Amino acid sequence: MGLMTLDVPEAAAGYSHYGVLARFETAKVLYRACEAVRDAGYSKWDALTPFPVHGLEKAMGLKPSKLPFLVLATGLSGAGLGFALQSWVHIKAYPLIISGKPLFTWPAFVPVTFELGVLGAALGAVLGMFAFNKLPTYHHPLFRSENFTRVTDDGLFIAIEAWDPKYDDHDTAEFLSGLGAVEVEHVPIDDPAEDGDGGGAA
Amino acid sequence: MAQSQDNTQEPVAGRAPLIVGGYDFRSLTEAVAVPVERKTPIGWWFFFLPSLAMLGLFGVSIGWLFWEGTGIWGLNNPVNWGFAIVNFVFWVGIGHAGTLISAILFLFRQKWRTSINRAAEAMTIFAVMCALVFPGIHVGRVWVAYWMFPLPNQMDMWPNFRSPLIWDVFAVSIYGTVSLMFWYVGLIPDLATIRDRAKTRIRKIAYGIFALGWRGSHRNWLHYERAYLMLAGLATPLVLSVHSVVSMDFATAQLPGWHTTIFPPYFVAGAIFSGFAMVMTLMLICRVLFRMEDIITMRHLENMAKIMLLTGCMVGYAYGIEMFIAWYSGNPYEQFAFANRALGPYAWAYWIMVSCNVITPQLFWFKKMRNHIGWLFISSILINIGMWFERFVIVTSSLHRDFLPANWDYYQATFWDFASLIGSFGLFFTMFCLFARFLPMVATAEVKTVLPEADPHQGEELVRVVPAGSGVEPSPQAAPAGGGGA
Repeated sequence: MGLMTLDVPEAAAGYSHYGVLARFETAKVLYRACEAVRDAGYSKWDALTPFPVHGLEKAMGLKPSKLPFLVLATGLSGAGLGFALQSWVHIKAYPLIISGKPLFTWPAFVPVTFELGVLGAALGAVLGMFAFNKLPTYHHPLFRSENFTRVTDDGLFIAIEAWDPKYDDHDTAEFLSGLGAVEVEHVPIDDPAEDGDGGGAA
Repeated sequence: MAQSQDNTQEPVAGRAPLIVGGYDFRSLTEAVAVPVERKTPIGWWFFFLPSLAMLGLFGVSIGWLFWEGTGIWGLNNPVNWGFAIVNFVFWVGIGHAGTLISAILFLFRQKWRTSINRAAEAMTIFAVMCALVFPGIHVGRVWVAYWMFPLPNQMDMWPNFRSPLIWDVFAVSIYGTVSLMFWYVGLIPDLATIRDRAKTRIRKIAYGIFALGWRGSHRNWLHYERAYLMLAGLATPLVLSVHSVVSMDFATAQLPGWHTTIFPPYFVAGAIFSGFAMVMTLMLICRVLFRMEDIITMRHLENMAKIMLLTGCMVGYAYGIEMFIAWYSGNPYEQFAFANRALGPYAWAYWIMVSCNVITPQLFWFKKMRNHIGWLFISSILINIGMWFERFVIVTSSLHRDFLPANWDYYQATFWDFASLIGSFGLFFTMFCLFARFLPMVATAEVKTVLPEADPHQGEELVRVVPAGSGVEPSPQAAPAGGGGA
C-alpha cells in the first residue's frame, strides 16, 4: 500500500466489506448521529461531507490538528535559512563595503528573512496538510459506491469501517438506520470487476 | 423562500440572507458546476478572442524588445523607469484585493467573501503573473535576468541583499507562490465536485488528478481548515509586506517625490483600492454572463463599494498629506517636486489621478449609488484608470525634474510602451477567461457553509441557552434519541 492508496490493515484480507456507509439528510441529524457513534465507542469511522460542518470534530471526538506545530517549525526554518544565506553572502561569499558600513547589516536582512519565513510556513501548511490527510489518495473503497458521488454535492455521510472492533455487518447498519440515516449500504472492499466503471476518481 | 430579496436592507432586521434565490446544497452545486460543464457559450468567445489577440500583441512587443533593446520605449536620461515599472506596480497592486478578500476578510469572519474569493484569488495570481513579466523584461539584457536570484555562478557573484530591489524579487515571487497554493487548496473540494459529476472519462481523469482523491472526510477537513486558516494568517502580513517592499523601491531613493515615509501604507491602501475596483469589474461581468446574480448578490457589490470608499479616502488622505509634508518640510526640492506634480507638465496626469481616485468613490456615500450597477461598473473602470495614473505620476513626475534643471526632460511613451501595457491586459484576461471556463468560479464548498441549513445547531439557540443554568452540557445519552426522531 503506497502513498496513493488507502492503508487497509493487514488483517483486512479477512473482511468481506470495507464497511457501512450511511447517508443523512441534514447537518443537524448528522451531528447528532456522530455524537452517538462516538458514544457507542466506535473508533475506525469517519464523517464525509461536501463542506466542513462546523464543530463536527467535537461530535466525533477528534483531537485538534497538530499542523500548527509543523508550520511553526517550517516557518522558523525558512526564516533561519534566509537569514543565514544573507549573512553568509555579505560576510563571506561576496563582501561589499558600502560607505564604510559593517558587513553584517542585519536590519537590511529583515524583509527577505520575513518573506522566506512565510514561504517556509506556507509550504509546511500545504504539504503538511497533504501528508496528514494522505493526499493524493486516488483509490478508495468508498468511491465504489454510486451514492458516494453525492459527497461533493449534498450528501452527508458516516462510514464505519469493518475493522473497527465494535463493527458488525448487521448491527452497525441497523444502528446507523436508527440514528436517522436515509440510506445505508455495505461498501465492497475490493472488486476488480467493477474497476471499469466504478464511481469516484480516475 | 417567500422572503424579501433585498439583502442590503437597513437596518438588518428582516434582511434577506446573504445568498438569495432559495438555494439548497444541490442547486448551488448545479449553479456553479454547470458553467464549467456545458458547451462553451458564444459570449465567452467574445471575451476570449480579443484577449488572445492582445496577448499576441504582448508577445510581439516583448519579442521586439528582446531583439532591439529598451530603446524602443520612451525612456530617456532622467526618466530611466517608464511604463515597465508603472505596469509592474499597477499589476502587483491589483493582486492585493484578491488576498485581502481571501485572507484578511477570512480572518475577520466576513462570510460574504465566500462568493467572490475564488475569482478574486484567481485574479491575484494572474495579476502577479502580469507583474512579474515587467521586471523580467525591463532589465534590458534579459539573458542575465537570473542574476536577480541568489544562484551560485561562475563569476562568484551574489545579489546585494541590502537593496530593496532584491527584496522585491523575493516579496513578489513568494507572494505569487503563496497565492497559488492558497488558491489551489481552496479549489480541491470543488475540483472533487466536478470530478464526481463528470460524464466523460477524460474529464474524470483531468479533474480527478487535481482533486487528489478528495472525499470530504471530516478527519481531512480538520487539517484542511487548519491549513487554510494558517495560510490566511500567513498571507495577511505577506500581502502587507509586498506592497510595502514595492514602495521601498521608491522610498529608499533620495529623489524628491519618492523619499517619503508614508509610502508603504499609502501603497498598500492604493493596492487594495485598485484591486477591489478590478474585482468589481470582473464580478459585474461574470455574474451576468454566468447567471450568478443570486450568489454574487447586491450585498456583495455594496460591501465592495464600501471598501472602495474607505480605501479611496485613505488614498485621498495620502495625496493630501504628501502635499502638506512637502510644504511643511521646508525643503525647496520637495516643495518644487509637488508643485511641479500638480501644476507642471504632468499636471494632466495628476488631475486624472485625483478625479478618478478621490472624487469618484465619494459618490459611494449614497446607498443609491452603491446599489447602482451601471455606476458601480463605470466607477470601477475609472478607479482602475486613476490608479494606473497614480503610479505613472509617482514614477515620471518625480523623475523627469530632479535637482539640476540641466537634467530635466519630458517622458513620452511610444507605441511599444502602450503595446506592452495593452498586452499585459491580454495576458490577464486570457487567463481569467480560461479560469472562468474550466474551473468553478465560486468556492462552492465554502458558500455551502454559509447556507442556513449547514449549521448543525440550526434553530437550537434557545434550547442551548436555557439548560446552561444547570451547568452541564446537553447529555450525550439524549443525542441518539433526538437524532433518531428526525
